[in-house]
Amino acid sequence: MKHLGWKCCLLMTMVLAAVPLLAQQPPSSAATGSPAAASSGIPTPASEVPKAVSEQLKQLDQRVTAAQSAGDNAWMLVSAALVLMMTGPGLALFYGGLVRRKNTLAIMMQSFLLMALISVIWALVGYSLCFGGSGPVIGGFEHAFLRGVGADPNPDYAGTIPQATFMIYQLMFAIITPALITGATAERMKFSGTVLFLTLWFLVVYAPLAHMVWGKGGFLNASLGGKFPTLDFAGGTVVHISSGVSALVCALYLGKRTGYPKQPMPPHSLVLSFIGACLLWVGWFGFNAGSALAANSLATSAFVATHFATAAAAMSWSIAEWIKNGRPSALGAISGAVAGLVAITPAAGFVGPMPALAIGFIAGFVCYWMVTKVKSIFGYDDALDAFGVHGAGGTIGALLTGVFAQQVINPIFGVGKPVGGMDGHWGQLGNQLVGVLIAWGFALIGTIVLLKITDMIAGVRVTETEEIEGLDITQHGEEAYNLES
Amino acid sequence: MMKIEAIIQPSRFESVKDALREIGIEGMTVTEVRGHGRQKGHTEVYRGREYTVDLLPKLKLEMVLPDPLVQRAVDTILKTAKTGKIGDGKIFLSRVEEAIRIRNEERGENAL
Repeated sequence: MKHLGWKCCLLMTMVLAAVPLLAQQPPSSAATGSPAAASSGIPTPASEVPKAVSEQLKQLDQRVTAAQSAGDNAWMLVSAALVLMMTGPGLALFYGGLVRRKNTLAIMMQSFLLMALISVIWALVGYSLCFGGSGPVIGGFEHAFLRGVGADPNPDYAGTIPQATFMIYQLMFAIITPALITGATAERMKFSGTVLFLTLWFLVVYAPLAHMVWGKGGFLNASLGGKFPTLDFAGGTVVHISSGVSALVCALYLGKRTGYPKQPMPPHSLVLSFIGACLLWVGWFGFNAGSALAANSLATSAFVATHFATAAAAMSWSIAEWIKNGRPSALGAISGAVAGLVAITPAAGFVGPMPALAIGFIAGFVCYWMVTKVKSIFGYDDALDAFGVHGAGGTIGALLTGVFAQQVINPIFGVGKPVGGMDGHWGQLGNQLVGVLIAWGFALIGTIVLLKITDMIAGVRVTETEEIEGLDITQHGEEAYNLES
Repeated sequence: MMKIEAIIQPSRFESVKDALREIGIEGMTVTEVRGHGRQKGHTEVYRGREYTVDLLPKLKLEMVLPDPLVQRAVDTILKTAKTGKIGDGKIFLSRVEEAIRIRNEERGENAL
């Protein structure tokens, strides 16, 4: 997934710049190369000149590599921070504003918990399960306790940055993915059940999916020769389909909130949600553009595609509301933006800006329809629309990636090889479908099983009394706002 | 001693307060309340779900006055709080048994 072209140009420039250095030597040296100069009597040891040149070339090469690594590493560390910010406070605020006041802290606590819990599990065994080994479905234990994960790059994944940077970057994805699910279980899931379920979910659903799509040997891995190469630049399948579909299963298993849908449950603070949504938009540049794993033109391409898709989706959701309700809402605009961000996630490093606009525009309409029409038809209580936005947006994004991916943006299958439909390679849609179905399948089955296990051990739903009193008080002994104090 | 309870439009409050001060009435208790009489509410839409919000924000003014001041106070409130539209609010009068100033335990009309 890297552009090699400019690296060669830089090296050549350095080599050409070295030529004037050779001119520093005395005129009777072999720099002129003519037999007349050689026979003027001054001996020129033939072995020294080539050795000096090759020494200099070696040093230049080291400096070029170090310079490149510095740029890449700086960008990747910033990207990792941006993605963590997406969870805290991005998602925490976005979800926090959407729930009723009595459940504000609870939903925020769930995101924050994962920032801590998943990090620890990742350090112990998570990274290794996702990116170790070379099996088709799951990694191994070679990097358990982060053994061998340090300053040296891992050329399988990112050859110019320390493997520890790659590891910490990927951790932030592992944190936000389960956090998305809490949107569907909001306002009625026990905290203890959340802790147990999401721990198991990370190990059983996320780790295999991450390995299959991004890990060495993974059979959906597009860049490392997987059997059904699924184009997923930053996690449309691994993050959004997995969490979105799991969210739907959770919503169905837990059942509707008490009083839903008759009792009004409007967001208690769209101000918080607005701030959260904007943090998500900015943070997502780390999520998508950072998935180039280098500070190169592919990162730029992904950054640009991400931004335009988001803008188009915010517009199309707003247009849909303007037509349907006579006026666009703030909640609709920010929801549209998030839908666009989700849909462009698998496509970001494979599509150009115009297709990005198209993907975003489509996603805004589709997710609007999912959240307003489809949800009310089937009646499931996906409280914060985790399935409607992430499940649906991720699915449509993954499929549209197969349509719009182009080799001119990212020659991921090799130079000259077509990538997606716009290159004429419509078979890629089939591969995308395989990846989508596997993500759906893993999420569906894994979640049902793990919910059942969690329910037997810790219980998943709070009592009706607890639910009415509110999760902040009953699960955490706190109130979000003590405005009289 | 009579208690005046006046539920008014929040936008009229500054005018009512200034007018009451002009006739010598300064002490009152003001609460933010929600309610409605015959005034219709409004509809809010969140991600396709519609809610009718019936309860509208109003301000409740409470003051206890000696009998001679009551009629003037009521007339002042009526004049300044009225907009002529549905939702202007209501005034209730009730008799008060006793009034006590906490600071020095004065009773009766001296405590008002």
